[in-house]
Amino acid sequence: MAPPERSPLADRGPRGLDAELIGFAEQLRAESLSIGTSELLDAFAALREVSWADPQLFREALATTLAKSPDDRRIFELVFARYFFRAAERQAAAHDVVEGAGFEGADQIDLDQLRQQIAQALQEGADGQMQDLARMAIAAFGDRGDGSGVIGVDVQRIRRQLGLKSEPQPEFPEDDPRHDGIPREELRKFEQQLRRELERALIERTRRLPPSRPLSELDRSLPGGPIQDLAAVHKVVLQLKRRLATQGHETKGHRRHAHVDVRRTMRASLETGGVPVVLKYRPKRPRRPEIFVLCDISTSVASASVFFLSVLHALHDSFRKLRSFVFIERISEVTEVFERERDFQAASVAISRDAGVADVSGYTDYGRVWSEFLTEVEDDLHPRATVIVLGDARTNGRPPRDDLFAAVAAKAGRTFWLNPEPRLYWNYGDSVIAAYARHCIAFECWTTSQLEDFVKALTGPASDLPR
Amino acid sequence: MSIEPASVEEVTAGLRAVGYLPGESTALVSYLAAKLGKPVLVEGPAGVGKTELAKALAKYLDRELVRLQCYEGLDEAKALYEWNYRKQLLRIQAEASDTGWDSVQEDIFGEEFLLRRPLMTAIASERPVVLLIDEIDKTDQEFEAMLLELLSDFQISIPELGRIDARTQPVVLLTSNNSRELTEALKRRCLYLWVDYPDAAHELEIVRLHTPELSATVADKLIEIVHEVRELDLKKPPSIAESIDWARALLLLGADDLDGQVFRDTMSVIVKHRTDLELVAARVGVRLGGAGAPNGAARTIPTR
Repeated sequence: MAPPERSPLADRGPRGLDAELIGFAEQLRAESLSIGTSELLDAFAALREVSWADPQLFREALATTLAKSPDDRRIFELVFARYFFRAAERQAAAHDVVEGAGFEGADQIDLDQLRQQIAQALQEGADGQMQDLARMAIAAFGDRGDGSGVIGVDVQRIRRQLGLKSEPQPEFPEDDPRHDGIPREELRKFEQQLRRELERALIERTRRLPPSRPLSELDRSLPGGPIQDLAAVHKVVLQLKRRLATQGHETKGHRRHAHVDVRRTMRASLETGGVPVVLKYRPKRPRRPEIFVLCDISTSVASASVFFLSVLHALHDSFRKLRSFVFIERISEVTEVFERERDFQAASVAISRDAGVADVSGYTDYGRVWSEFLTEVEDDLHPRATVIVLGDARTNGRPPRDDLFAAVAAKAGRTFWLNPEPRLYWNYGDSVIAAYARHCIAFECWTTSQLEDFVKALTGPASDLPR
Repeated sequence: MSIEPASVEEVTAGLRAVGYLPGESTALVSYLAAKLGKPVLVEGPAGVGKTELAKALAKYLDRELVRLQCYEGLDEAKALYEWNYRKQLLRIQAEASDTGWDSVQEDIFGEEFLLRRPLMTAIASERPVVLLIDEIDKTDQEFEAMLLELLSDFQISIPELGRIDARTQPVVLLTSNNSRELTEALKRRCLYLWVDYPDAAHELEIVRLHTPELSATVADKLIEIVHEVRELDLKKPPSIAESIDWARALLLLGADDLDGQVFRDTMSVIVKHRTDLELVAARVGVRLGGAGAPNGAARTIPTR
């Protein structure tokens, strides 16, 4: 798809609303929202029914027809703000409309008083004044010139000069609004407003729009990082439990038919003089593999550990034959802990207290882990066993000993590796995932949807796996 | 006869009049649903008033509410229609042997022998209705696919009878607790409404509407605590319905202030997991202070 900025409509002077809307939908599509023609038609139909003069109604009418999940809605908000801001600025630039840039007599502003004023307004959540405050701040602290040219840098510089922080700052007096810290959400809004005002100033100076960038992965992901969002993890784990519970009952198509058990059919046929009147089928048993899970709980995967442990916990409820191990430098079996503790919180506390997996350095030692794992469970591994490793494959410079890992993988039927790092960072620095990935199926697993993919692979038939 | 709203403000006012305080987007989407005749997919956490919205809409639009509660394994026979098998049998017996197969077949697959289930009822109703398909995410994908025909064209195909078209345009609401991703095809046919927990001022208004006798200070404090509790990482955060229940409970107990003791005695109205209770008692209960050790956490409301 061509970038919307270079679409043939862009240079034909003022465009109608319909063209703008189609351009808007194109940008949403570029951000991987699936918007069909039928959705666009719905949007137009909805706009016929509401007043356009109310920006709130206009936006909601578009949102309800175009963005159809909470995630889509987040992206919609971002793109909406950006697109219509740019559309308005393009018109303004075309018509040489210049808003009063900043204030007359910026020199006379009392800086300390302004700092107080802005902090006060943010503390109270005065959204209405946000634009004025941002302009005042830019006028006072924005160097009155071009700034650094990079808007992101300027925004942070102005924020620092204003002394705005979300954490409490005890050095200020009690009655100063900054003493208890500024609410994070308000601060974010203020930064956004600053960015917008700086952009507008830049456009007015240069008389043209800067090239538009697609939303970065960071903008799109949920605030606080996907893995840390425990509520979302709990939800996926819950689904995982449900899927595992019903697993094996919903085979479709030709797989639904059972295979004839020849041996038992022949045996039954003896009753009828060797004529196989009654066919005996092989019983259909859902796949309930024996699972061995190894979970890294060292500091390098600290943020993912909670996530991994909760996955482990969920698996315990669903598989009877599951043995779990945690490791850092050494390995320790925690199967019993999970069997004893039904509650996740208590289980994770017990593990960190009793496991005793850190020796001296507290860094992961994969070589030692494999050798200990082999000695402990070698005899129990068999072709119907599944081994799952949860870890980042960062060896801290120690030998990876992938030969031992290969031995584990060879003994087990299937081996999976869940890596909490984005694929981009694999094999970078001390990560040796490639050495291990030769012997197993490696999944990147740092969002809940990737976890779902893994669960599908784990519970699905073996033939569907990418090898 | 049923009401045709003419503007978003009218819908807001109408819903308020029947005891439902809609957020801005809720009112807008309800208005669009009535105007465009498109089904609405309402998603959001449990207990934010998704089902209540359908009830309120039915009341405001003066239409009958037809409700289909979804569950795992729900099938066409329970959602659409079923042939009244016993009656068919009786008919065949009554006609006995002297009629030919053709005429019997024609007879027993008539409307007379059709048992209408909620979706069929909504479609065939003489007066326009509000159709609520509750917790659609609980059903399987197959059922979702079956709904598509109904949602886009408001018609149902019965092999023996042919197509049954809607006599009137129902307002359709589908609710989902988001426990599973719905198919694109279904979403495409719907308007989307995400209902979230309301902000403090809005929720206060809702609670005041349902318990006008509760004193303002207690109501203020109650909402503040409910919001604080929602911030914690709980298994089940308190819903709006539960804040209303709590307000009612406090009213019943005649509490004139919400201090630590009262909170610990009544918190089981809003928090319903053992682990959650401990967490909330530790965080919120301690802040509120007052007499009573934290082990009062598991206590229930004293009965009067």
